[in-house]
Amino acid sequence: MSLRNFDAGQALERLTLMERIRAFEEAARHAAVEEGLVLGAIHLSIGQEAVAVGLLESLRRDDYITSTHRGHGHTLVKGADPAAMMKELLGREGGCCGGKGGSMHIADFGVGMLGANGVVSANITIAAGAAHGVKLLGGDQVVVCIFGDGAANRGPFLEGINWAGVFDLPILFVCEDNQYSATTRTSDMTSGDVGARAEALGLPVTRIDGNDVEEMAATSREIIARIRAGGEPEFMHALTYRLDGHTYFDPATYRPEGEAERMQVETCPIARQRDLLGAAGVAAERMDEIAKAARDEMRAALEAAKAAPWPADDTVFDDVQDVGSPAVEAF
Amino acid sequence: MVVMSYAEAAKLAVAEAMRDDPRVWCVGEDLGRGGVFKQYAGLREEFGPDRISDAPISEAAIMGAAFGAAMVGTRPIVEMRFADFALCATDELINQVAKARFMFGGQSRAPMVIRKPMGMWRSSAAQHSQSLEAWYAHIPGLVVVCPSTPQDNYSMMKAAIACDDPVVYLEHKNIWALEGEVDTTAPGDFGKARVRRSGRDVTIVSWSDCANLAESAGAVLAERGIAAEVIDLVSLWPWDKRAVIESVRKTGRLIVAHEAVSVGGFGAEVVASVAQDVAMKVRPRRLGAPRSLVAYAPNLEDQLRVTEEMIAQAAEEMMEAKAA
Repeated sequence: MSLRNFDAGQALERLTLMERIRAFEEAARHAAVEEGLVLGAIHLSIGQEAVAVGLLESLRRDDYITSTHRGHGHTLVKGADPAAMMKELLGREGGCCGGKGGSMHIADFGVGMLGANGVVSANITIAAGAAHGVKLLGGDQVVVCIFGDGAANRGPFLEGINWAGVFDLPILFVCEDNQYSATTRTSDMTSGDVGARAEALGLPVTRIDGNDVEEMAATSREIIARIRAGGEPEFMHALTYRLDGHTYFDPATYRPEGEAERMQVETCPIARQRDLLGAAGVAAERMDEIAKAARDEMRAALEAAKAAPWPADDTVFDDVQDVGSPAVEAF
Repeated sequence: MVVMSYAEAAKLAVAEAMRDDPRVWCVGEDLGRGGVFKQYAGLREEFGPDRISDAPISEAAIMGAAFGAAMVGTRPIVEMRFADFALCATDELINQVAKARFMFGGQSRAPMVIRKPMGMWRSSAAQHSQSLEAWYAHIPGLVVVCPSTPQDNYSMMKAAIACDDPVVYLEHKNIWALEGEVDTTAPGDFGKARVRRSGRDVTIVSWSDCANLAESAGAVLAERGIAAEVIDLVSLWPWDKRAVIESVRKTGRLIVAHEAVSVGGFGAEVVASVAQDVAMKVRPRRLGAPRSLVAYAPNLEDQLRVTEEMIAQAAEEMMEAKAA
C-alpha cells in the first residue's frame, strides 16, 4: 500500500465502492445458491474489487469500457444501477438488457459500459474499435478494455493491441490477472510474460499490485490523463487473486491446499484497505457501517429484482433485427 | 441510366453514401491501393486515409474493431477481401456483431456492411472459391445480400449502408467486370426478388452469379419452347418467399440453382418452404455443387460448376416428367 497523497475521504469512498461490489456479488451468490433465482452461470470477482474501483474511478461517464464474463464490479463502478443489474441476473423485466443477456452480457450503454462478453478475449478488438470510433468522430473519450489473464492466449489479444498501436488509439488495455484461466492455473498455460507481449507490440506497460486500491487509483488516473491528452495506447498488468471459483458452483478444488485461505488473509483488497484506514485513524465501526450499508443496498436490489416480473413474452423477437425480423419472417 | 460494371456500381454507391454521411467509412486490407479487385479505386483520393482505411492482415480485428466503432456511432463498411478469409473473423461476426443488439436488450446497434467477395474465380482453388451464403442466412441478426447485376450492386449497396442491421454483402468475384445499365434513382429493397424473365412453365430460383446463368438458361429454354420464369432472390435474408410461391403456384414446377454445395444449401430452404405451401405438378429439383472441394485444375474445377445447360436440361426433364 502507498501513502502518497493519502486522502482518508477518498480512501473511504474506495472502500465503499469495493464493499458495494462485494455485497452485490454476495447477494447474487445468495440468490443463486440459496434461492435458485439466478438461472445461468455467474462469475464472481470476489477478491478482485480493487482493480475495478481503482482503475475506473477517474473515468468520465461518457468514457467507454468493455468487460468480461466476470464484469459485475466494472459495471457497477462505471455507474450502472445495481437493481437493474440484479434484475438482469435474475432475467427479469427492468434488467439492464431486458432479461435478454444475463450476467455474462451485462451492459449499460447509458454509462459507457459497452458490454461484458461471454467469449474470452473477444472484447479486445471491440474495445480497440470503440477507440477507433472515438478518434474518427473527433471525441476525447478514453476507452478502458478489461480482460483476464486467460485472454492473453487468444488471437484477438495480438490483433486488438496491434490495431490500437497502428492507429494510435485512446485506449488502456488492462489484464486483470486473477491467476486462473477458468479452472486451470494460467502460469501452466502461458509461455513468457503477458506484459512483455504488449511491450513487444510497442505499448508502455505498467505492472501493478491489483489488490492495492490506492496504488491502482493513483496510477490509473495518471495513465488515463496521459491517454486523454493525446498520448499513445497503454497496457496495464494488474495482479490480483480470485478468492472464489470460476463460477459460483465451482468449489475450486484444483487450487493448492491452503492457497485461497492464505490469499484471503494476505491479499483481500477490502481487508487491506481497512488496515490502511485503520492505521490512518478511521474507526472500525465507521467501516463496519459502510459494509452494512452496502449489504443493505444490495439486499434491497435483490428484493427489487425478486419482485420484478419476467419480461413480457412478446419481447422474445424484439431487437434481433429490423430487416427480416423474426416477428414477421420467422418461417 | 448509365452503363457501368458490377465493381463500379458498388463503388459509386459507397462514394455517394460517404459524401452524404461523414460517419460512413471503409476498412480492410489494401484499401488504400483500391482493394484487391479495385472496387475502392480512387476513393482514398477523395475521402482520405482515415475513411478509406488500410488494415493489418487481422480479419478478427477488422471485424471486431469495426463493430466497436459501429457501437459508438460510426457506420463501417468492412472489406474481408475474400469470403474465405472472413472465416478468420467468425467469432466476431457470429457471436458479437449478430448478437449484440439482442443480448444487450436493444441498447446497441451494429450498422455495418460486411463485404465478402465470394464464389469460384478460375483456378483459385479451395481457399478462395467458396459460396457460404447459407451459413449466414442461418444466423439470426444478419441480413444477407447476394447481388448479381450492376443495378443490384448499386441499389443494394446503398440500402445496406443505410441499414441499421449488420448486412453480410456477398459480391461474386467472377462478375466484377460485368457491365449493365444502372438507374441510380432505383431503391434497393431487401426481401424483394427480381423477376429476370417471366414464364408460365417452370420457375427457376437463383441468386448471385448463378442467377445470370439461370437467365441465360431461360433464353435457351425459350428457343426450345419452354417458358421459364427466372427469379433472382437478390437477398437471402430476408428472402422473397411470396414471389417464389406465387410463381410456383402459376408454373407448378420449381428448380433452385446455386453455385454453393447442394447439401445444406439455401436451395434446400427454398424447396422446403415452397413444398409446405404449394402442391407442385412434379417433384422440385435443386442444382448445386457436389459436396466436394473446388480444385485448381480447370477440368476438375469445372466438374463442380452448375452450368446454364444443366439448368436448361433440368427444366426440360421436368417438363417431360409425369405429374408427381
